[in-house]
Amino acid sequence: MKLFSKPWGAGTAVLVLLFLGLYLMGGCQSGQNSGVIGSGDAASKVYVAPGDYDEFYAFMSGGFSGNVTVHGLPSGRLLKTIPVFSQFPENGWGYSEETKAMLMTSDDFQPWDDAHHPELSQTDGVPDGRWLFINANNTPRVARIDLKTFETAEIIEIPNSGGNHASPFVTMNTEYVVASTRFSVPIPQRDVSIDSYKENFKGTITFIKVDPETGHMEVAFQILVPGYDYDLSHSGRGPSHGWSFFTCYNTEEAHTLLEINASQNDKDFIAAVNWKKAEEFIKQGKYKTMKTVYYNNRMDESTQTASSKKYTSVPVLYPKDVPGLIYYLPTPKSPHGVDVDPSGQYIIGGGKLATVIPVHSFDKMLKAIENEEFEKVIDGIPVLKYDAVIAGEVENPGLGPLHTEFDGKGYAYTSAFISSEVVKWKIGTWEVVDRIPTYYSIGHLMIPGGDSRKPWGKYLVALNKLTKDRYLPTGPELAHSAQLIDISGDKMRLLLDFPTMGEPHYAQGIAAELVKPNSVKYFKLEENNHPYAIKSEEEARVERKGREVHIYMSTIRTHFMPDNIEGIKVGDKVYWHITNLEQDWDIPHGFALKGMRTAELLIMPGQTRTIYWEPREVGVFPFYCTDFCSALHQEMQGYIRVSPRNSKIKISYNKR
Amino acid sequence: MMQRVSRILMTVASLLLLLAFVFPLWRISLDAPQYPEGLGLRIWINTITGEKPHDLENINGLNHYIGMQKIVPDSIPELVYMPYIVAVMIFFGLLVVAFGKRKLLYSWVVVMILISLAGLADFYKWGYDYGHNLDTEHAAIKIPGMAYQPPVIGSKQILNFKAFSFPDVGGLAIVLSIGLGFAAIVIERREDKNQNG
Ligand SMILES: [Cu+2]
Repeated sequence: MKLFSKPWGAGTAVLVLLFLGLYLMGGCQSGQNSGVIGSGDAASKVYVAPGDYDEFYAFMSGGFSGNVTVHGLPSGRLLKTIPVFSQFPENGWGYSEETKAMLMTSDDFQPWDDAHHPELSQTDGVPDGRWLFINANNTPRVARIDLKTFETAEIIEIPNSGGNHASPFVTMNTEYVVASTRFSVPIPQRDVSIDSYKENFKGTITFIKVDPETGHMEVAFQILVPGYDYDLSHSGRGPSHGWSFFTCYNTEEAHTLLEINASQNDKDFIAAVNWKKAEEFIKQGKYKTMKTVYYNNRMDESTQTASSKKYTSVPVLYPKDVPGLIYYLPTPKSPHGVDVDPSGQYIIGGGKLATVIPVHSFDKMLKAIENEEFEKVIDGIPVLKYDAVIAGEVENPGLGPLHTEFDGKGYAYTSAFISSEVVKWKIGTWEVVDRIPTYYSIGHLMIPGGDSRKPWGKYLVALNKLTKDRYLPTGPELAHSAQLIDISGDKMRLLLDFPTMGEPHYAQGIAAELVKPNSVKYFKLEENNHPYAIKSEEEARVERKGREVHIYMSTIRTHFMPDNIEGIKVGDKVYWHITNLEQDWDIPHGFALKGMRTAELLIMPGQTRTIYWEPREVGVFPFYCTDFCSALHQEMQGYIRVSPRNSKIKISYNKR
Repeated sequence: MMQRVSRILMTVASLLLLLAFVFPLWRISLDAPQYPEGLGLRIWINTITGEKPHDLENINGLNHYIGMQKIVPDSIPELVYMPYIVAVMIFFGLLVVAFGKRKLLYSWVVVMILISLAGLADFYKWGYDYGHNLDTEHAAIKIPGMAYQPPVIGSKQILNFKAFSFPDVGGLAIVLSIGLGFAAIVIERREDKNQNG
């Protein structure tokens, strides 16, 4: 290993700068630095009076929590955690019989994941407030959250993938959400030496079709690509509608110590995929069907129950067979983000280790393709000449530029991780016009609608990776730190720090008016077609079928029916089917049982939820409501008696 | 014979009663801190409904804490007769117009007033029964001497709820209809004076 090669030197220099930066920041701060000029004025800008609403919803990915959190802007208040890829015992997500199937994958039940990029559905290139998509990085998946209920409605697994990072970015009318491999893998999976990376490891770029009415997702096709690390993506709009762009690093195809070995090349690529062409190729049958296994898990609205469907093959396009499908745009130094400006003309790469921000021109790209200005061809993929596609370079953009969002007023905002700042520059002149520090080391940044045709260019949220001294300390693990920045004027102004849960990577924001009117208050009992639902207390009952016991229980203020159950035996397979009969806003009931080894339940009004229990011990066990529901909530309790296996006691329970 | 003007007034008065079939007669709204979205009842000529879907069920649900009987519209006989009574009064009103007899006009107005007073008295009686006749054995909240009778008209604090009770469009139409009947009588009497004087 060449320990003292040049990249090592460069890497060390960058690290030194990073630490020096942090040190200086800490040094000149003397404790905390509000970073706010005229903080009284700033306070009034983020003040949302009691009972008033925020102007925007912000959806933050939970990172390693596998969830999504919902915040209000400009207050930064946390409004909800939406469980997605991770089990969530507080309401039984992933534990209840209705929701377990949502976490099924070809790797069996996967109760956790690492969720990175929320993405709102768009119509005509503008967020429409219907759905929020989010990717799972570890077990490649894409989830769809229904913004009527703020609940996860569907999770689709991505076959032939590893590290689903460049996902789930939408096309202009949500025709597709995309996915791709951050970690190339043997495709199909097989036992090969890791050394044989260059020969055996491949990447895939996946297009998932979204039904415009129902939102139902299905894998439309995959493209088999060289074994680089496909990192981020955004789709074209306006003139570039029909194209999707993906950054890739590790064009060196290293498989060990990537921090050095994947930082050798001067330029890596942005892959430009013509998905409209891909649709034609699929229609013409120019694909190969590859055997594989993946799952699609969908929540049925009428039964409120998820079911899994297993798929066993996928259509794959090979770039060599279908020229015109995909091109590489050389982009300096291990690009991370790729962002398309509101007009759809400019494609911006965020080269982590680059000294400039390269901006590609879509028109120039089309011309270069027409004139075949190719540097070389890799596995059937032409590499366009850098000079033939570049529109401009933003000089002095800060150290470690990562992601860019737009304000719709002609400016772009790029996050710089190493120099820990947001840099504002002008589209067209490529001049930096303003910069503002962030605390500390910003990753993604988000402007509501900032990756769409019509950004609401009022606020910018910096999603920082390091927190350090920004809040009261809470031991070694700290909440992540977000910063709200006013971008309505010429100068950016820091308004607010607020903690975020998990590790928000990307986030999305949307005007509250597009979501709020559709929010469901409760589920209609008459539309509850759950097979174990009951519609009145009179139907409440307990039935034994051999060793299986089904408890049809109801909740309404302020009791369970039945609330005394006898005749259960050790080792029985007990299903608690609990229907919340309430038809009133904000009256969920909870269910908790002593000896329940899985989770508690929260049952929304009109909903039925089932939790499975195998009693191990003889005794009389209390259960109660966990969600304070009325003045007599403390009285909302009951008992279940468990008798020995050989007991002759028959099922009995109290009735209405 | 009645004047042309008073006949027109009576036509309008009779037809106004049709509104009682289209709009609620009375509204009871309940305001409480935990119901920012509101909660309420609408009394129609032939039924009682919630202000919003499920309001009636939710009011019944809340009332069980104090042992109040459930409000079951199908079990209230007045809601069965009322449409017939009002229909008859429309017909009667049109007869007044057709025959143009003053005596008929007077009797129509008197009957309308009597029916309205009887209706209000009946409404009071139901309210009294709901508010006082409580199943105290099964009530969770028992406050000695406390009655939960809603006002016939006006507002009243009942535990955490402020109850407002007022006529709705249908009820106002009936009031206006009687008023027009009165106006017809006044015109007729003035006409008498003119002729006599
Ligand atoms: Cu409860």
